[in-house]
Amino acid sequence: MLRKPTDLTYADVTPKSVYANRRNFLRGAGLAFIGAYVGKRLFDMAASPSVAAGTKLTTIKSPFSTDEKINSFNDVTHYNNFYEFGVDKGDPAKNAQKFVTSPWTVSVSGEVKKSRKFSLDEILKLAPLEERIYRHRCVEGWSIVVPWIGLSFSALANLVEPTPKARFVAFESYYDIGQMPLGRYAGIQLPYVEGLRLDEAMHPLTLLCVGMYGETLPNQDGAPVRLVVPWKYGFKSIKSLVKIRFVKDQPPTTWNMSASQEYGFYSNVNPTVDHPRWSQARERRLPDLFKSHKTLMFNGYGDQVASLYAGMDLRKSY
Amino acid sequence: MPTPLATKLLTSKWTKAVLFLLCVGPLVGIIVPFLRHDIIPDPLEFIQHDTGDWTLRFLVFTLGITPLRQLLHLPELIRFRRMLGLFAFFYACLHFSTYLVFDKIFDIHEIWKDIYKRPFITVGFLAFTLLIPLAITSTAGWIRRLGGRRWRILHRAIYVSAVCGVIHYYWLVKSAVIRPLFYAALVGSLLAWRVGDWLLRRRRTALANAVAPQRAPINVSQ
Repeated sequence: MLRKPTDLTYADVTPKSVYANRRNFLRGAGLAFIGAYVGKRLFDMAASPSVAAGTKLTTIKSPFSTDEKINSFNDVTHYNNFYEFGVDKGDPAKNAQKFVTSPWTVSVSGEVKKSRKFSLDEILKLAPLEERIYRHRCVEGWSIVVPWIGLSFSALANLVEPTPKARFVAFESYYDIGQMPLGRYAGIQLPYVEGLRLDEAMHPLTLLCVGMYGETLPNQDGAPVRLVVPWKYGFKSIKSLVKIRFVKDQPPTTWNMSASQEYGFYSNVNPTVDHPRWSQARERRLPDLFKSHKTLMFNGYGDQVASLYAGMDLRKSY
Repeated sequence: MPTPLATKLLTSKWTKAVLFLLCVGPLVGIIVPFLRHDIIPDPLEFIQHDTGDWTLRFLVFTLGITPLRQLLHLPELIRFRRMLGLFAFFYACLHFSTYLVFDKIFDIHEIWKDIYKRPFITVGFLAFTLLIPLAITSTAGWIRRLGGRRWRILHRAIYVSAVCGVIHYYWLVKSAVIRPLFYAALVGSLLAWRVGDWLLRRRRTALANAVAPQRAPINVSQ
């Protein structure tokens, strides 16, 4: 292994070309880093935070609405996770502006008597649109109050007539790498998929959502149609819905596939079951700095939904 | 090659003042959006992420000084290392304070539980506490008191702190590991450079001893 010292010359120790190249490389890397940073700042400044105005929707009131203070439209539209458009919570507002959501169809199939496709217009006419002011709790420990617009998912489900074999419902988001190039760096498998037990999906609180704040959904919040399941962590409320399948077995769900010890299939809001990396006992009601709110079991919807889980160990089925 | 101008710039007393102002920049960048009443839906996350990012960046800047001094033949860069290191500690303090004040509301019991139970908090806390003795002993008086050799050994703790900081970030994100991996690559190459430099020096010393063994006693007696 060891060469005799006399075999070595100075050039053996530090080949000149390698030495010079390394210096150039480091200089170049430094410049590239600075350049990229300055470029990003300029880009951020240039990208205007304006939101395309939605179409007004006529709604009726819902007994399910909370009377808590609603978050501002700006907060809700500039702070959310939609990994297809970038992983920062400010990214969707910037990157979803050109997302094409028309024409749009949602296919419904699987264990149903009448599989079919729904256009967005057809969905809007399934039932009178309701405004539902729900608490929305993110698994990350923050919460907001949002005036969603939509109709109970059961209205759509009843039209396709699930067969007795249907025990779960699988949902899938739109995914097009051309429109969502940042999806490549999401770190989760896309298209995004979610699932509910049939009785959860059929519960009147489960909202097929087409708008918020009196208008159709902004692109970054899951336009043109999404799900809102208010007693579960936010990631269960799948955005930009294109496929619904009624199935026999529990379907795979995106975050559960990514880290099953952290995100269960049920993911009911539960202050007594911690996320492995943080406590779920309290939450920050945005824009609060402090975790001023105690997290409520089932996000405060226990009266309506607790019976769905009677006899289940929610520590195991988290 | 360093030009006389570069050397003059680096040794000017104004350069240090300018650099100090630049280092304060990120803090201004955190405060100004609040003064301007910008849309900050989650102010705590904004402050926590920004202070965490800047702590890692200043650790990288600090670790970058030694390689840059040698590669660019600009030994004068050493003048800025302490300031950069202290700014890393400054942003780490802000970062830890947001956790202490806003997240845990000074609940020491809850904090101990967190450190014990949650690995990403454990390594983050370790990264922070390792910087405390380094900040304290960063003065000329402490270098004298400890002696250069012992001081240098103590200050190698920054390597561990930087690695722990990167792991803290990596374990924190839910799935998007690209940015933590970017910091990992930066810290990794800065540490790898040190290992390479150390091996090269060892080999040179061995070589010098082997070529001129008779000279060794004379060197030692110097």
